[in-house]
Amino acid sequence: MAKKQVMFTFPEGLVKEPIIHNLGQQFKVVTDIRRADVSENKGWVVLELDGEEREIERGIAWMTDKGVRVDPVIGDIVEG
Amino acid sequence: MSYTRALRCRKCGQEYPVQPLGLCDFCLSPLEVSYDYKAMSMSREKLAQGPLTMWRYKDLLPVEGDVVDINTGFTPLVKADRLGRELGLKALYIKNDCLNPTYSFKDRPVSVAVTKAREFGFDTVACASTGNLAASVAAYAAKADMKAYVFVPADIEPGKLIGTAIYNPVLVKVEGSYDDVNRLCAGLAQRYHWGFININLRPYYAEGSKTLGYEVAEQLEWRAPDCVVAPAASGLLFTRIQKGLDELSMLGLIEPVNTHMYLNQAAGSSPIVNAFETGTLHVNPVEPNTIAKSIAIGNPADGYYALSVVRQSGGGACAVTDDEAIAGMKLLAQTEGIFAEVAGGVVIAGLKRLAASGTIKKNELTVAFITGAGPKTQETVSDIVQPFTIQSSLESFEEIVGARV
Repeated sequence: MAKKQVMFTFPEGLVKEPIIHNLGQQFKVVTDIRRADVSENKGWVVLELDGEEREIERGIAWMTDKGVRVDPVIGDIVEG
Repeated sequence: MSYTRALRCRKCGQEYPVQPLGLCDFCLSPLEVSYDYKAMSMSREKLAQGPLTMWRYKDLLPVEGDVVDINTGFTPLVKADRLGRELGLKALYIKNDCLNPTYSFKDRPVSVAVTKAREFGFDTVACASTGNLAASVAAYAAKADMKAYVFVPADIEPGKLIGTAIYNPVLVKVEGSYDDVNRLCAGLAQRYHWGFININLRPYYAEGSKTLGYEVAEQLEWRAPDCVVAPAASGLLFTRIQKGLDELSMLGLIEPVNTHMYLNQAAGSSPIVNAFETGTLHVNPVEPNTIAKSIAIGNPADGYYALSVVRQSGGGACAVTDDEAIAGMKLLAQTEGIFAEVAGGVVIAGLKRLAASGTIKKNELTVAFITGAGPKTQETVSDIVQPFTIQSSLESFEEIVGARV
């Protein structure tokens, strides 16, 4: 089992979809929200994903395909 | 002696023992070093007796014993009269941090991080970088006799690799986008027992940049500037300049700080400026697209905190185009003799705007931070080379160049 901390940034139009619920339903991934700020037209959620590494990766790829930006929670690791 | 007390979450206040850990387990926010300031006994005289490096402020840094140092810090603070005249500023100074051992300010945070890595018993350090951090980590690892893994995006210019490869790290070019490199490194940091400079060592790494604030105050004969103009990538440097000044004030070494902090980014990668301009506190990530690669960070880890510093200090934030940045590089070189990398051009271009708009007043004591040296990005100004070509005779010289003598 693996754990991954990520930040999801939702574009306008996806805020009303239960996308984190669907992530947990469609993949064997437990979603644990730690911080969030969601308004009517945009939002971000910081959470920990818990599951098999392959399932987490598949889930993240699915989120990206849906139009959600997925970033390491620590921010960009590549620096100048 | 170290006055380090604990690691503390900047968001929720949760505390942790000193260890290699970058994020709060509860809210996943960044951790920072907390000190026992009350136990500190500092004086200007005592500090002035220290070495002429950043380590004269060792008591204010989170290290215990011997440090790993290659003579970083105490770089010149230059009174920039010619540039000041161009911009209409009477008390302008340049903090020239190009003059560090690997030619950028990164030597400051890396010196602390590698020292700490050795204290924690790591035999390997790692980082992901487009140049400046890579060179610094490789150099410091060489000095500390540690192994270094340095990850770079595959599209990095070959010239930038030389300044890293010379120190003989394990240099890894990663195919894919910067986001792919980010994701890979987050995974590597979980899998391997490495001191990852800006992941599990990040709280200590961050503290090294405070020394820029200390030095500037000491070099100004123990006062804070009225205005600071500095670049922002992850935002860490920007917040730590302010923290350095605040700590000196808290310790009674300078008067209360009332410095306006101005943050500059390249327009092609300006998530913090965007947030400032739209009035939000959340920094939305962007896809970087600028030649100022050393500050091309789309998802700045300390963006929120840098934004807070801007707002609380009564400062500001501005983004400049790549063309303005190049013009800024040339202006700095041609007035003060300082060849900065593109990020330095961004700072000078931002300073020019702030001065022209009257945001920075002409008599305010202003310090602009130049954080990396020009030869690292010299291809960006290659059009400047337009020599006269003559035959080796006086006649040829006078014919082609003579009119200009």
